Amino acid sequence: MSDINFLIVEDSPTMRQLITFALKRIQKAKVVEATDGVDALKKMVGQNFDMLFVDINMPVMDGLKFVSLVRADPAKKDVPIIMITTEGAEEDRKRALSLGASAYLTKPILIQELLQIVSQHLKQ
Amino acid sequence: MGLRKEEGKIQKKSEEFLQIFRKGEEFTQELLKENERLRFKLVELEEELKERGKNRVKFLEERSRILEKEKKEIQERYRQVEAENKDFAAKYLDVEEENNNLANLYVASYQLHSTLDFNEVLRTVIEIVSNLIGAERFAIMIVDETTEELKVIASEGLNKEDIPKVKSGEGIIGEVVITGESYFEELVPGRTSKDLSKPVVCIPLKIKEKVIGVIAIYSLLIQKKGFINVDYELFNLLVGHTATAIFSSKLYTQSEGKLTTIQTFIDLLNEKPL
Repeated sequence: MSDINFLIVEDSPTMRQLITFALKRIQKAKVVEATDGVDALKKMVGQNFDMLFVDINMPVMDGLKFVSLVRADPAKKDVPIIMITTEGAEEDRKRALSLGASAYLTKPILIQELLQIVSQHLKQ
Repeated sequence: MGLRKEEGKIQKKSEEFLQIFRKGEEFTQELLKENERLRFKLVELEEELKERGKNRVKFLEERSRILEKEKKEIQERYRQVEAENKDFAAKYLDVEEENNNLANLYVASYQLHSTLDFNEVLRTVIEIVSNLIGAERFAIMIVDETTEELKVIASEGLNKEDIPKVKSGEGIIGEVVITGESYFEELVPGRTSKDLSKPVVCIPLKIKEKVIGVIAIYSLLIQKKGFINVDYELFNLLVGHTATAIFSSKLYTQSEGKLTTIQTFIDLLNEKPL
């Protein structure tokens, strides 16, 4: 079994650490952290990720912009992208999904919910 | 002469007939005996078969009883294993939940104590209350020991200036400072306190038993429908750890400032006069 590469794009160190902590419970999981969209794009050069976790509200480049850029790359159009944000409103959810996000997690995130989404999208 | 010869022939024939009749009689006798023997044998076999059948039925009944008993035992064992499985599944879920709670607590504690920078400590507390607990509008207040007033040092979702000045012992917030007990209003989903002197949650920030401040929460994120176990664990962690983290970072910042002043003073003293 090969490694499962995750990229977390989140400005909050607390959230980054919590998500990393949760993902490392998955066998063969490798986690790379980025603090904003630009940092994430740099870290994606020459590296393939199996799943991305992206916060919507971030400095420099927000999550929505980042998702639209990732989806514009044909090589990355099928990579599952899980949006993470404090917004719970339906319209934010729809907006993120319409831009190409695969799923949506609202803060405060529950680890079991996050792991469930990961297993769901990795199976697909 | 011819007649005598004829008589002799007839005599011989009749003897031959008699001989045949005798043999037939003997044969019939033998057949009757054989028939008798076979009938006896048949009865014997019938008896034996009956006996065997009885034994077979007895054996099968006994076997069926044993199998029935075994079936009941297996069913009982199956029920036990099923109950054990359910118990294990429930325990597994409990352990999973506990594990997840510990992960939250570990991250919160790690982040709180990962810096001695006062502003970073405040930012971490805000992140914990906002991202891990799910509060939307809240403030961190510190007790001014000289005036006994609570001073807002950080807030999220509201202006510091909008929060009314509160003294120890006054209202819900002041009461928390005096008693050192956390205050939780019975939460109604979507409940927002517009009166900033009446938070929905207020927790003390303590160093041992001394309350140095509070965290007052006025509303939760729209998707947060209520508190779960891990939230209360996080509140407990914040009660004990936030105060020390704030206090130590404040002291560190002050000492850093003083050190720089002293260093500058020493440098000035060491400077050679022109």
